[in-house]
Amino acid sequence: MRIGVDVGGTNTDAVLMDGGRVLAWTKQPTSADVETGVASAIGQVLAGSGANPAHVASVTIGTTHFVNALVERRELDRVGVLRLASPSGEALPPMTGWPRDLMECIGRRYFLLPGGYEVDGREIAPLDEARIRDAALELCAEGVTAIAITCAFSPINGDMEHRAAAIVREVHPDATLTLSSEIGRLGLIERENSAVLNAAMTTLARRVVRSFSRAVSAIGVTAPLYISQNDGTLASAAQAEAYPVMTMGSGPTNSMRGAAFLSGFTDAIVMDVGGTTTDIGALSSGYPRESAISADIGGVRTNFRMPDVLAIGLGGGTRVHLDPALFGAEELDEAAFRIGPDSLGYRLAQEGMLFGGQTLTTSDLARIAGVVSFGDPAALPALSTAVLDALLNRIRTMLEDGGDRMKTARGEVPVLAVGGGNFLIPNDLRGVSQVVRPPHAEVANAVGAAIAQAGAQVERVLSYEAIDRQSAIEQVAALAREQVLTGGGDPATVAIVDVEETPLSYLPGRAVQVRVRVVADLAAPSSPIGASHAA
Amino acid sequence: MLLDRQAIGDLALGAAFLGSGGGGDPYYATLLAEAELERRGPFEVIGVDALSDDALVVPCGWIGAPTVSVEKLPNGREAVDGLRRLEEIMGRSIDAVIPIEIGGSNGLAPLFAAARLGIPVLDCDGMGRAFPESQMAIFNIRGLSACPSILTDASGSLSVIESDDNFAHERLARALSVAVGGIAHLVEYPLTGRQAKDHAIHGTITVARAVGAAIREARAHGADPFAAMFEALRRTGLYREAGVLFDGKIIDIDRETRNGFSVGRIIFESFDGASRMEMDFQNENLIARRDGVVVATVPDILTVMDRETADSITTERLKYGQRAKVVGAAAPAILREAQALKFVGPRAFGFEEDYVPIEEIAAWLKP
Repeated sequence: MRIGVDVGGTNTDAVLMDGGRVLAWTKQPTSADVETGVASAIGQVLAGSGANPAHVASVTIGTTHFVNALVERRELDRVGVLRLASPSGEALPPMTGWPRDLMECIGRRYFLLPGGYEVDGREIAPLDEARIRDAALELCAEGVTAIAITCAFSPINGDMEHRAAAIVREVHPDATLTLSSEIGRLGLIERENSAVLNAAMTTLARRVVRSFSRAVSAIGVTAPLYISQNDGTLASAAQAEAYPVMTMGSGPTNSMRGAAFLSGFTDAIVMDVGGTTTDIGALSSGYPRESAISADIGGVRTNFRMPDVLAIGLGGGTRVHLDPALFGAEELDEAAFRIGPDSLGYRLAQEGMLFGGQTLTTSDLARIAGVVSFGDPAALPALSTAVLDALLNRIRTMLEDGGDRMKTARGEVPVLAVGGGNFLIPNDLRGVSQVVRPPHAEVANAVGAAIAQAGAQVERVLSYEAIDRQSAIEQVAALAREQVLTGGGDPATVAIVDVEETPLSYLPGRAVQVRVRVVADLAAPSSPIGASHAA
Repeated sequence: MLLDRQAIGDLALGAAFLGSGGGGDPYYATLLAEAELERRGPFEVIGVDALSDDALVVPCGWIGAPTVSVEKLPNGREAVDGLRRLEEIMGRSIDAVIPIEIGGSNGLAPLFAAARLGIPVLDCDGMGRAFPESQMAIFNIRGLSACPSILTDASGSLSVIESDDNFAHERLARALSVAVGGIAHLVEYPLTGRQAKDHAIHGTITVARAVGAAIREARAHGADPFAAMFEALRRTGLYREAGVLFDGKIIDIDRETRNGFSVGRIIFESFDGASRMEMDFQNENLIARRDGVVVATVPDILTVMDRETADSITTERLKYGQRAKVVGAAAPAILREAQALKFVGPRAFGFEEDYVPIEEIAAWLKP
């Protein structure tokens, strides 16, 4: 049995799954105190199914904590950046082009230090160990403990970053270091941006991941805790604590993978309707389509491969702006009303009309139209048919336009309707072959977390003169495969998700760095867990 | 005209398209320009005809492999060092700079240099797009000399190149760029005001801005950015035909860095699997074959663009699995003259094909 948890800004969802079956699920408001919220959600699904906590094989948590902290500019550490590349790059110091408020929030403390590699492996300048030591001492004196170290061409040769890290640790033992070579690929600015963001989340990551760990063990679950990453693969709690930036895009990935799993569809548009927004993404062969362009996180350019997601301001708590005098109108002008983009969010349960409040929302419309049965119908206003139709049509058009933008081919495609607000998606949409509402659609994201996969990445430098390209890629893929199986992957499900070749020009013999990323489902754990299915 | 922050963004979008896959992603050049803008205010761009005939006009830009330029970033003094040395050699001050090529990051590169020297940029360039080699500039085609030419790098080295032969100049500059680590700044083809008026490709900064603005505005209004961009191109009169040549995903990229260039082949497949496009590149995209039939060749423009946002994707940023549109556009007429095709036609790149204008072979996809 596996547990998947999705900690969103509004709701915390959890599922307990046994193979492909959802044994129990829950959706609860996210608590201010992370630990009790997660513990309560996990406790609920265990109690609901009567399962023994000791029989849980894994707990995977997807969280929006990190991305929200970044977007809201809160709980971020001040960061010191050591860049080893001078004299190159001095025209573009760290954090160039960042939003000013974010820069002010984490400080703009950087040191441009000699170092870095040329493309052919020569040093741009030798490392100046004394200057690194001085920089570390300065940061130590200023109380800056979150430090990012970056270096030109470090994805190909990480030696200088590691040497610099060792020096910093010697003189500044309290420092927590992020090395850019551990995070990103070629593209110094984007890699450095990711490293600085990561460093800024040092304290937050420690607090959040540790409270997850405490929540899990408080319930009596001893299984390993995983945090789901951008690409739908798992990070151990320790990895996530060190590299929170790798988990920031996991939300949409989890909901799309969960939707695919629950519906059996591998190629479809996924619409995940939450309280405030609808995330629309495209599934291709069971995986989220990735954005072709660079991923901006909190206004900062990074080079992560993120799912290509279109967010529109339409959710279950979205406000409907219409003059009450027009509620009974015989016809409604298109310009007379507006849907969103503002939302009541978690205040829906107090301020929404069907909960006795004063604010008309999309959920009220759904209740009047009879597609949902929660809330108090007596509290709802009387809308004329013309008014209701006009409002519902606008919602339909918003979804149809969003779906069109994400389609990769002409022709009709299926739509997987998931998320707590999926009732807003009508059963017939233009350009859509069918709207599928899989069972447990409300908690697809938690299901996606529960089924997150083991991943492995291997890179090797090979000569395309010594070995032909196809065999070279196969050779590296075989190593990655071996690694993912060691990490608990099921051999039958290993899939190559990315092949990247970086030509190392000027090295003789067409030297190329080949990087292959593979994923696999976690293998079904062996007994005694298997024996407990009767529970 | 004065270029403010929005205009720089538009110029970068348009220059990326005109780069035909090369010239480097203008992102870093944009960051540099924005940082300089904050220090010194908007950039001044003036028409070529505003200059006197005896003025000294200097084209400049970066030479090297774009794959290197994303790691070995500029120091900031490269352009100024090169231009100052040229002034010493010529015994006079420089009146204006121009981009050697409008395409890619080089379309923005002179803004930074001009601001540092306190001189304007002229609304023109030497290629009307981006090309991989220096002698492909219109100034060589028209018989002008590339020298004296100055190559500088981030580590502070400076080399003066003197040669009567523009091909020799290219070889030397290329070898030097490799020797200094794969990316360098090059000042070349110093021109008189008269020569700039007679030979430069006029109005290309305005065109790049207009293309970028069209894409930006279409995005803001939820309109089709491709249609808006094509319309903007046609309106300029300089790039009269444009359209979509292919729509699909990248299923293979074979790429290597050879002799200072990024060279290789990309294969696209349509979403229904029925059609393929192969595209060869040497820094820039050079020739596209759809199901074995040539549909566009250099010097016409061939750019891979994100199919949703119409962001241009430079060759070094192409990745397996990307979904993209391949867009073509007719090159400016002066690049299509017989004399020009000797230097920038498909045969100049070692292809067997003769040049045929894109509008005669493209068979644009229906919008």
